[in-house]
Amino acid sequence: MHDMAQHDAAAHHAPTSFISKHVFSLDHKVIGKQYYGLALLAALAGMGLSWLMRLHLGWTNYAIPGLHLLTKNGAPGDVMTPEFYLQLMTMHATIMVFFVLTTAPFAAFGNYFLPIQVGAEDMPFPHFNMMSFWVTFVAFLVLMSSFFVGQGPTLGGWTQYAPLSALGEVGGPGEGTGVVLWAASIGIFCIGQLLGSLNFITTTLDMRTKGMSLWRLPISSWGWFITSCMGLTAFAVLMPACILLILDHVAGTSFFVSSNIVINDQMQPHSGGSTLLWQHLFWFFGHPEVYIAIVPGMGIVSHVLITNMRKPMLSHRVLIYSFGALAVLSYMVYGHHMFVSGMNPVSSLAFSFPTLVITIPSTIVVLIWLGSLYGAKLRINAASLFGLGFISMFIAGGVSGFFLAQPSTDIMLHATYFVVGHFHLVMGVAAMFGIFSGTYFWFPKMYGRMMNETLGKIHFWFSFVGAYAIFMPFHYLGLAGNVRRYQAFTPDYMQKLIPLHQFITVAALVTGAAQLIFLYNLIYSRFKGTPATDNPWQATSLEWSTPTTPPPHNNFGDKLPEVFHDPYQYGVESSVGDYVMQTSPEKVKTDNDEA
Amino acid sequence: MAKFFAVTIVAIAIISAIPILRHTWWMAEDISAHGAPIDEQMSETMAEAGISFVASQIILAFFIWKFSNPKPGDKVKNFPGGAKAMVWAAILLVGTEVLALGVFGVKAWANVYFTPPSADAMPIQVQAGQFAFYFRYPGPDGKFATAHPDMISEANQNFYGLDLDHDADAKDDIVTAQMAVPVNREIHLLMHTKDVGHSFFVPELRVQQDFVPGLDLSLHFTATKIGKYEIVCTQLCGLGHYNMKAYISVLSQQDFDDWLKKQAAMQ
Repeated sequence: MHDMAQHDAAAHHAPTSFISKHVFSLDHKVIGKQYYGLALLAALAGMGLSWLMRLHLGWTNYAIPGLHLLTKNGAPGDVMTPEFYLQLMTMHATIMVFFVLTTAPFAAFGNYFLPIQVGAEDMPFPHFNMMSFWVTFVAFLVLMSSFFVGQGPTLGGWTQYAPLSALGEVGGPGEGTGVVLWAASIGIFCIGQLLGSLNFITTTLDMRTKGMSLWRLPISSWGWFITSCMGLTAFAVLMPACILLILDHVAGTSFFVSSNIVINDQMQPHSGGSTLLWQHLFWFFGHPEVYIAIVPGMGIVSHVLITNMRKPMLSHRVLIYSFGALAVLSYMVYGHHMFVSGMNPVSSLAFSFPTLVITIPSTIVVLIWLGSLYGAKLRINAASLFGLGFISMFIAGGVSGFFLAQPSTDIMLHATYFVVGHFHLVMGVAAMFGIFSGTYFWFPKMYGRMMNETLGKIHFWFSFVGAYAIFMPFHYLGLAGNVRRYQAFTPDYMQKLIPLHQFITVAALVTGAAQLIFLYNLIYSRFKGTPATDNPWQATSLEWSTPTTPPPHNNFGDKLPEVFHDPYQYGVESSVGDYVMQTSPEKVKTDNDEA
Repeated sequence: MAKFFAVTIVAIAIISAIPILRHTWWMAEDISAHGAPIDEQMSETMAEAGISFVASQIILAFFIWKFSNPKPGDKVKNFPGGAKAMVWAAILLVGTEVLALGVFGVKAWANVYFTPPSADAMPIQVQAGQFAFYFRYPGPDGKFATAHPDMISEANQNFYGLDLDHDADAKDDIVTAQMAVPVNREIHLLMHTKDVGHSFFVPELRVQQDFVPGLDLSLHFTATKIGKYEIVCTQLCGLGHYNMKAYISVLSQQDFDDWLKKQAAMQ
């Protein structure tokens, strides 16, 4: 199998034309960079939308200059209408969850570094790989096109609960064409993820170079591998769900709409469908999706921190087993999103138990990180700061999960800002910190130049303090009963919470603006950064053994590398210093050889 | 910079905890008969989550403080207990924690969902629709007339689709836009929606339950304190979602009877 796959991958030669080199490229590295570029574009769009939302939430009648340019009817006099707020919110969430949090840590970094870390020339199915990116790109265009069609994008939230999402324009602006475009976009996105996951799994299993046993894979590769196994099953459920939703719109079916629905005094022409069916299908995907967003980040951050601690984690294998446990349990916990949905209350208890149990592998991971910091020779740089920040955010967002895992406490917190604070910290900010950590760490390999450290540290400080300033107060709002997905806080008891919303808005604007420092650093360093050496961090894994930086088209030149060691031989005495590269045949004495 | 980072982490952890400890923003006062175990559960969870949060942030900060910027001769060391200690700590600490929360949480949940309403609970219907709640009291005959979705007409203010011409049971049904309940009397709330999904959330009453198209769901609760509280929708239902609310007045039995009479006269 190894030979066959190798033969197939080797069959495509270095491209010569601009199109085959940079546009329709079969090279996993170019595809990884394309994914990264798409995620960057999407993140800027998503962040822009969040600014608009936050301005509106702080000062509801504030006219945002130029807002009318984004919408036909949604901003008379540049003041946001209620429906336009919900449309922006839906687009913010969809863009961020799918096109940033799934795309950057998994598809972008995974594409670029998984084949290199396993010691392969490329992925086994380069055409599928190219297709997976371009399909994702099309999905993004389809989603964004909804801004310009009919009454604009859907307002139903990223969860698109039926029957609001299945009734058509009668349900509200954007609930017709907007929903169809949303479902089409996500359906197409699923195809990209399925193709990508297939490639990742086969790369990991069949393309490893000589000496690279599964246990010798770096933890980042394990993160991508486990995530691709989740992706293969989760997206395979979301795609048909999206197809059924589209059929409810265009083919007169009623998968998700029950009988006797009356809108504007008119009986709707539907019967026999189930509202809860959509919720079950969506969350069967939706909860693993949380881990699809965060497990690659866990892998990346572990990889970055190990290099910067100059010692391996307490146990490579326990970390991997814990990632695996998270992946398996992630399918058994999804019902905690539905405690008050009208689902049988016994089911709520049944879903509560694994949700509480999943905190055990999460805690093991955190304790392994903390315990590994003990006795480290910790280097403080932009990459490691974001890695340590990731741990802090993951803990902060993780502990609030205790409340949402229990049906009884969820009664008070379901659909409030507490939930918004929880998932933003644990999957949003933490995953973003994973992306930043990976970027500062791998940029030298990807572009052959170092990123500016000072700018990176400034970026970190604003992001770290800013993220807490924004998202910690969300928990307070939720405890006070502030319902989410409101464009204005009209209930009497929410009035007194508005000043806290204004504080959050200011924090969001400042923290968002600080992200432009990162963007500047990225562009500046790409062209003007200090040239990087092949192994600027004195790291061990295969991406630092490529003959050139950035790596050549086939990654390793004439000969694939041979692996002699565990991925993380740090804190040893060797001829090069306190580490031994995986490709080095040098024998060293170590306490940590688990493989 | 590492030391400053460590101090920042601890400062953030402490500052974050202060509003929680001071209850600066906190749950509304509980006015329900079943709410106490929910509040207890919330406090216990807050204690466990709070301690976990602050303790882990302090450990993180301490290790960053202590182990960054090493001198050239320093050697890395391993945590004495190794990974095993971590696995056992997680299983024992968090395992006990989740077991305790799980077991006690069942009781709080069971109070709400596994105990049936008592036989003399007062039935009240609530119908959710974009973007208002309508309540129905059965009137002197104690019967809710059959609702006919095809007869629903907002224009004629026939919100429930009652057949007033032919259905004798319908004539004394009382439909209102605000809700009132007598204090210390168990209410059996019968919930349905006429269009999309909605939710019924009264923080003071410690109840939140979705309306699901195609399903008849119910809740039961007893309000123990006279006052006026707000019912808000928590399930995204369309552009007017933020404004979908109603008041629930908890009245003395006498005031409630008077209120109901007044509502009946207005039908």
